[in-house]
Amino acid sequence: MLKDVTIGQYYPTNSFIHKLDPRTKIHFTFLYIIALFTINNFYGYVAAFALLLGITFASKIPVGYILRGIKGLVFIILITVMINLFMTPGTPRIELWRLTITEEGIEIAAFMALRLIFLVTGTSIMTLTTSPIALTDGIEYSLKGVPVVKKYSHELAMMMTIALRFIPTLMEETDRIMKAQKARGADLENGNLVQRAKNLIPILVPLFVSAFRRADELAIAMEARCYRGGHNRTRLNELKYHKRDLFAYGATLGIMVIIFATRWI
Amino acid sequence: MGSADCGRDGESVMAIEIKDLSHIYSQGSPFESIALSQINAIIDKGSFIGLIGHTGSGKSTFIQHLNVLLKPTSGQIIIDGVDINDKSTNSKSVRQKVGLVFQYPEHQLFEESVEKDVAFGPENLKLDEKEIKARVKEAIITVGLDYESIRKKSPFELSGGQMRRVAIAGVLAMKPEILILDEPTAGLDPKGREDILNVIKELHEREHITVILVSHSMEDIAKHVEKIMVMYDGKIKIFDTPENVFSQAELLEKIGLAVPQVTYLMRKLNEMDPLVNPNVYTVQQAREEIIRMMRRRKDA
Repeated sequence: MLKDVTIGQYYPTNSFIHKLDPRTKIHFTFLYIIALFTINNFYGYVAAFALLLGITFASKIPVGYILRGIKGLVFIILITVMINLFMTPGTPRIELWRLTITEEGIEIAAFMALRLIFLVTGTSIMTLTTSPIALTDGIEYSLKGVPVVKKYSHELAMMMTIALRFIPTLMEETDRIMKAQKARGADLENGNLVQRAKNLIPILVPLFVSAFRRADELAIAMEARCYRGGHNRTRLNELKYHKRDLFAYGATLGIMVIIFATRWI
Repeated sequence: MGSADCGRDGESVMAIEIKDLSHIYSQGSPFESIALSQINAIIDKGSFIGLIGHTGSGKSTFIQHLNVLLKPTSGQIIIDGVDINDKSTNSKSVRQKVGLVFQYPEHQLFEESVEKDVAFGPENLKLDEKEIKARVKEAIITVGLDYESIRKKSPFELSGGQMRRVAIAGVLAMKPEILILDEPTAGLDPKGREDILNVIKELHEREHITVILVSHSMEDIAKHVEKIMVMYDGKIKIFDTPENVFSQAELLEKIGLAVPQVTYLMRKLNEMDPLVNPNVYTVQQAREEIIRMMRRRKDA
């Protein structure tokens, strides 16, 4: 299950997209999400699809790998489709027992599904092409321009870096604890919902204890190296825009405008 | 000191039989790696086995197979005549028979009292309350803790060594016939190490249970075990008595291991005085050998 989620995973191929400044990618993902929500007809999706296709091709990441991100969300997409299909009032098209599917419903459901799929693939391309460290760097730089949040941009970025850093560690730890409790006869697969929830206690308690212990140790290790937050802190690698970023801004901005313009077709 | 013999009372019954066991992690993905390849071994009932090997040699993968926590990619494991990976075999009954103590087992403690934590295993076996109580008491006493004073305490307020013992008691309370311990002394002080090893040794002698001890300490291994299994690169390189294993110092060093430090000393002494026996593995043996050497020199 956990392996199916590609959101947040990094897939190094050293392509043009990988080399782009993380800020470029973050800003565009942000704009892309907004653009997706402005689409109100079929042509808009064609334009968005063209954009996605181009970026996927340039990133050299196998298409199957990107699509895996959708697999984890199939359930959510299905529910959204169902609700829109049956709950939208309008001209009835098909009647099934007590449920009516309207023409408007079909249209909205299809658009919703497309929107969700485009949303997931678009954002997962960003995380697949940007290493977690570069991503948090990009976020830190970008947040420096936002008024109130500005003050905490470094702390927020550091928190994200640490959280990302510990995901694999905690997964390993969970695996170890699960095995250890299984070795003591714990049954994690069977039973009803209440029993299963109860069976999680022997795993969650040690996991939390160890997470707190690790946090403590990390805090001490950071203080021992004179970490005092973002104040007056310089960095080893400053983010710099290159020519390719300019090109990426130009190209994607053009397509964004087209996507937006399709509203009036 | 005649600990080389592995059969007990002349009988030599198989406890574990491993046939062509292989395990491949993430098979078919770019991260595929062979952890075990074509392992064959027979472990006798009631024997005390030491398992050594460099980090990444496949030790952990191997011992997790004995407890059905990992399933073999190919091959079979037969414990007491039962194929433990067979569909008709209940994995819970295997886990009762084979007790596995993980590395840093104190990290698995979760209950509010020592007593409850030790009872977790027996409760999972669905034993009746009286039996559980008796087993918990017995296990806590076996690991050398004071039952009355410790049973109501929270496991999180104990010292590191005590926590380790409580965790081991949690496995012992399931009354395993085969006990596997993955570095049970890692991170303990010398006294704590000795205490834990003595508990294991005593248990082995009293209950005649089969013990597999994974350790990085050649001294601990040399002192306690009857047979040593050396793993390297997913294979069993040597499986023999300590004498025969530690006499191959060059091979052991080549695969990232070593012989006990006292053996290095005796080998040095042997270079100076060829009459000294270099194949000595415990401090006790070395003491006797050195006394003999001193006497010989004095007489000369």
